[in-house]
Amino acid sequence: MTIGTLRFATAGSVDDGKSTLVGRLLHDSKSVLADQLEAVERASQTRGQEGPDLALLTDGLRAEREQGITIDVAYRYFATPKRRFILADTPGHVQYTRNMVTGASTAELAIILVDARNGVVEQTRRHAAIAALLRVPHVVLAVNKMDLVGYEEKEFRRITEDFARYAGELGLASFTPIPVSALAGDNVVERSERTDWYDGPALLEFLETVPVGAEAADAPARFPVQYVLRHEGVRYYAGQLASGALRVGDRVTVHPSGETSTVTGIDVLGREAETAFAPQSLTVRLGDQLDVSRGDMITAGTDVPVLTQEVRAAVCHLADRPLRVGDRVLLRHTTRTVRARVAGLDGAAELTANDLGRVVLRTAEPVAIDAYGAVRRTGSFLLIDPSDGSTLTAGMAEV
Amino acid sequence: MTVRTTTGAASGTGAADGFALSHLDALESEAVHIFREVAGEFENPVILFSGGKDSILMLHLALKAFTPAPVPFSLLHVDTGHNFPEVLAYRDRVVAQHRLRLHIASVQDYIDRGALKERPDGTRNPLQIIPLTEKIQSEKFDAVFGGGRRDEEKARAKERVFSLRDEFSQWDPRRQRPELWNLYNGRHAPGEHVRVFPLSNWTELDVWQYIAREQIDLPQIYFAHEREVFARNGMWLTAGDWGGPKDGEHVEKRQVRYRTVGDMSCTGAVDSDADTIEKVITEIAASRLTERGATRADDKLSEAAMEDRKREGYF
Repeated sequence: MTIGTLRFATAGSVDDGKSTLVGRLLHDSKSVLADQLEAVERASQTRGQEGPDLALLTDGLRAEREQGITIDVAYRYFATPKRRFILADTPGHVQYTRNMVTGASTAELAIILVDARNGVVEQTRRHAAIAALLRVPHVVLAVNKMDLVGYEEKEFRRITEDFARYAGELGLASFTPIPVSALAGDNVVERSERTDWYDGPALLEFLETVPVGAEAADAPARFPVQYVLRHEGVRYYAGQLASGALRVGDRVTVHPSGETSTVTGIDVLGREAETAFAPQSLTVRLGDQLDVSRGDMITAGTDVPVLTQEVRAAVCHLADRPLRVGDRVLLRHTTRTVRARVAGLDGAAELTANDLGRVVLRTAEPVAIDAYGAVRRTGSFLLIDPSDGSTLTAGMAEV
Repeated sequence: MTVRTTTGAASGTGAADGFALSHLDALESEAVHIFREVAGEFENPVILFSGGKDSILMLHLALKAFTPAPVPFSLLHVDTGHNFPEVLAYRDRVVAQHRLRLHIASVQDYIDRGALKERPDGTRNPLQIIPLTEKIQSEKFDAVFGGGRRDEEKARAKERVFSLRDEFSQWDPRRQRPELWNLYNGRHAPGEHVRVFPLSNWTELDVWQYIAREQIDLPQIYFAHEREVFARNGMWLTAGDWGGPKDGEHVEKRQVRYRTVGDMSCTGAVDSDADTIEKVITEIAASRLTERGATRADDKLSEAAMEDRKREGYF
């Protein structure tokens, strides 16, 4: 039997109990093994805590454990008989917006955690904005600490309605609210009798059943070329389909040159295939001797990317070094890196770490780019500092 | 929309249908993408190859990534001098079969030269750091593939796929770059290199299931066999010149297998009758101990043992 994978991200404010919720998911889905639990129990005792602190299952680095906070994205793996899960566990502190952006970039679902006593706060709105900006397909609003508000339905309703107002303004199409208590275990893995007014799924149930991962057959075909293999005089263009499908016989266009050809062969890791689809890695053979190299993009069909030297985008600035108008940067888009200049910041003088903003870039060469809303993998890019190679900014093209 | 899982040989369908990859196919595709990114962005990459299952899997994926052309990377084995003979034989066979170039960084050479000192406990895992980093510097490797997985240990859960190291191979958690989508930033200054982990998102079970599916040949010590072992620190260790058994430890014949393969002095066997891949998978799925916890003495040293060793340039 083949089962799929759900990649999801968590976000919550400090003290919302996010580490406890994740620990509870791992613990109650029996993903925590005896020696890990033992280590947590030992560490909890050392700190003079009574029971095992489930948050310790996920707080990895010594510096964080000493400060009792999480300072970076941690990836966690667990499985149930129905599905495999890859969790990007992102810290909720306001200065770590970039971590949630990072975690959300590969997520198909985001869990936004609120404390039932505090309801929707400034950070909740920021987390919702990030989920909307990164186009995370599914959002769960986990109303935590229901035990501290007496499992009252009206508290849950109030928070849900409050969140719905912001979600609408931000363009979040939909979200799924679930009342939970991570500490007591209500509605995390099993439905709770203490919330008999709630008839929806427990959190894990929802994670196991939410539809994910299917590439629509009518998605535009996008094949960024990673590497050219030569064998016995034949050229094989190697890459991973970023979107859509390719078939033998397809008429294709190579960007940015605009040259056209026909797909004469597809090999999926050594096996010939008639069709391949995202996110498969493959090699493609073309009918004509073209000069195709790393950084080019092969597309099929009439839906083609925009070829431009002016890229407009929503961005999240990641680095401690600010981004200013006039800065020379490298634009890393799919398998291509081009020189670029920051032409505008939507009126802002500069962007500092964790700022969300908008940018206009002028590039030294044309890039074949999609709107991020249309194709996530060919609409996303990084800005890199040419002087030290550090990653400065994450961008989502608006083209 | 109907979702159909397929293992790659999808047939053409109408626009109303969707495609989805099985979790193993998705992991495979992602790892291949990472290998090809490195080939496209770096001058002199090398795969760390110990003859253990994770490095064997890495090589298998690299071969797939570049077929029908040869793999554009060499291999590097950090030889502690305490290797299982079955594993060395396997290593040499694979290198010959695929006509690869093998570099060896030898801990024994360093000890013989007096550049490293044997530890009182006889374990050589921590001694690998200097031979490894000096070999990276002398050969000017700019990308070094490791088989590390994020599910192995808490400090590794935060590791990037592309992990920047300075000239001392040090890992600074605060200097790691944010990694978004599938865009890997491998830019580095001369003297620096990037450690690359193509198996980041695999779990131990994924590795075994994939090895079974692909029918990848492994050294026999991964399967149940009779072996002379003795007990130390709650593990079964193999008797040998490396320093065991000592006073009060006695050798007995047991049916065991290894879950990980490393230095003989700190890699323990577990009691097992799993003599086929299928039985191994069943055993792991039912196991109540994580891979390293059961078999690696050196990870138990302290709560932050792995973090400390990563900073020093260990994987």
